[in-house]
Amino acid sequence: MGAIYRREMGAFFTSGIAYVFLSVFFLLSGIFFFNGVIGSFTTNTSTMFSSMFIIVLFLIPILTMKLLSEEKKNRTDQGLLTAPVGLWSIVLGKYLAALTLFIIAESIVFVYSVILSYLGTVAWPPLLGNYFAMLILGAAFIAIGLFISSLTENQMAAAVASMVVLLLLYLLDSIASLVSNEYLKKGLNALSFYSRYVEFTGGVFSLPSVVFFLSVAFFFIFLTVRVLDKRRWS
Amino acid sequence: MIEVKNLSKRYGDKQAVNNISFKVEKGEILGFLGPNGAGKSTTMNMLTGYISSTSGQILVNGVDILEDPIAAKANIGYLPEIPPLYVDMTVDAYLGFMYDLKKCKLPRKAHLNDVCNLCKISGVRNRLIRNLSKGYKQRVGLAQALINNPPVLILDEPTVGLDPNQIIEIRTLIKKLGKSHTVILSSHILPEIQAVCDRIIIINKGVVAANGTADEIARNITNEHKMTLRIEGSTHTASDKKEIADAIRALGGVKYVRADMEREKGIYDYDVEAEEKVDIRRAINDLCREKGWNILMLQLSDLTLEDIFLKITMGDTVVGDVSQQTETSSGPKLNLKVEDGQLIATEQLSDAAEEILEESAADMNKADDEEENGGEE
Repeated sequence: MGAIYRREMGAFFTSGIAYVFLSVFFLLSGIFFFNGVIGSFTTNTSTMFSSMFIIVLFLIPILTMKLLSEEKKNRTDQGLLTAPVGLWSIVLGKYLAALTLFIIAESIVFVYSVILSYLGTVAWPPLLGNYFAMLILGAAFIAIGLFISSLTENQMAAAVASMVVLLLLYLLDSIASLVSNEYLKKGLNALSFYSRYVEFTGGVFSLPSVVFFLSVAFFFIFLTVRVLDKRRWS
Repeated sequence: MIEVKNLSKRYGDKQAVNNISFKVEKGEILGFLGPNGAGKSTTMNMLTGYISSTSGQILVNGVDILEDPIAAKANIGYLPEIPPLYVDMTVDAYLGFMYDLKKCKLPRKAHLNDVCNLCKISGVRNRLIRNLSKGYKQRVGLAQALINNPPVLILDEPTVGLDPNQIIEIRTLIKKLGKSHTVILSSHILPEIQAVCDRIIIINKGVVAANGTADEIARNITNEHKMTLRIEGSTHTASDKKEIADAIRALGGVKYVRADMEREKGIYDYDVEAEEKVDIRRAINDLCREKGWNILMLQLSDLTLEDIFLKITMGDTVVGDVSQQTETSSGPKLNLKVEDGQLIATEQLSDAAEEILEESAADMNKADDEEENGGEE
């Protein structure tokens, strides 16, 4: 797992994906920080965090698109799958590499809070709560992106498909409001990523939501392992 | 070291590998031979655990690859058809990664140096794999397989894309490795297999068509006893040719005689085939002494690996044609050859017609014959 994690981290930087991801993330979050926090003369970072949902949604597919699709295309998966390592180590190594880069990116909020601390008092508990919420949201999204990347050989297809899937998850609330069937509506609302995430930005630390995001992450990592396993059998 | 029992692989309704069984002993170099799509790579991918078998069992060093894949894979170094190289890494970084991936316990620096020296890639260790030539990429792939010194090496067409010098180097290296490793090697280059391997398995249409040393396979496949003779007649004209051919044909135990082209002025070559296990060389010698002819050359032409390969892979139809040809000496003869990787069977003209055309078409025939006898010279 360690070897794959280190290689994947190296590949993020040598391929330039890390630089694109980090710079776009910093730029957009900086704009939200400037407009939503400093521009509104407040130290409340909730609006910034709720707007960042959409950035995370569009940027995470860039992180995950080539994790497994490129391996398959370049036949390097043959090297991994014939090495004495398990499928879980391979998948987790890649997953954790993407998660690490995401954590580096979202940790920019601590730079923002240092800036804020010069302008007023920072409310640390909601800020840390939001930081954590974004972390587990990212953890779930990366797992979904990784799963989609395992389904195709084409990294662009993986990126576009991931964006569409994540966008659909974002729109789940609006879709639910259009549905008349009561049970379906409830089901869709229960799956909503956005409303759960926004709950955190409102200052509520909801344990069921934490469990929900972590379960989604685990479920899709599990599915990814199954995809790799199934490919050997077909 | 490796034991394969009743291995099968099915893709949808296509049976890629059908009930293959074989064993490879420690320190043996086994050659896998077969036409494209015969199931060589599929078998190798199953041996290395990259894909699973539909049925059957693979034991590597006594460990079932499906039951304990990690332990079994730790014993195998694999060079797939397309080396699994991360082109955006340097050679050094890549080999370091494989070293970590295989959880190698050997002293890192010394081991990587050894592997690089063995594969002659020490000079390119700081270059990006992307920028290496095909030959160097192949060697980096081989180096990757050698990391952690696995007792079994599985190499899928290791010399593809190398220049002749490099091919010889790699062959020498494989021979050297074969002393301390068990090696399974696939190739479609027949001389290569013959030069390197102790034993050969020919796979055709997913089944083992032959298994043994080249000589054993040749012996099993045919009992034919063929030779080429060059006999100097008394008159040095074409009439010699008919007389000599008829005289040999009249000998006991001779199955088939064909007068070949004129190799020296007025002297002809004869392809002679004896019946099963009958040695007719002494009888021919006596005959020539009696008639006052001189034998200028006698060459036994046993089947080459190429002949065997063609016989096996061309299927039953051609084998049938060949036997038909041996029964009626004047019948059409099939001339098998490989052109652009395709097997082509052309019908040769009968002896009578050949005689007329011989003068004008001498050069063409020569080329044909050289191709036919290419493996023996």
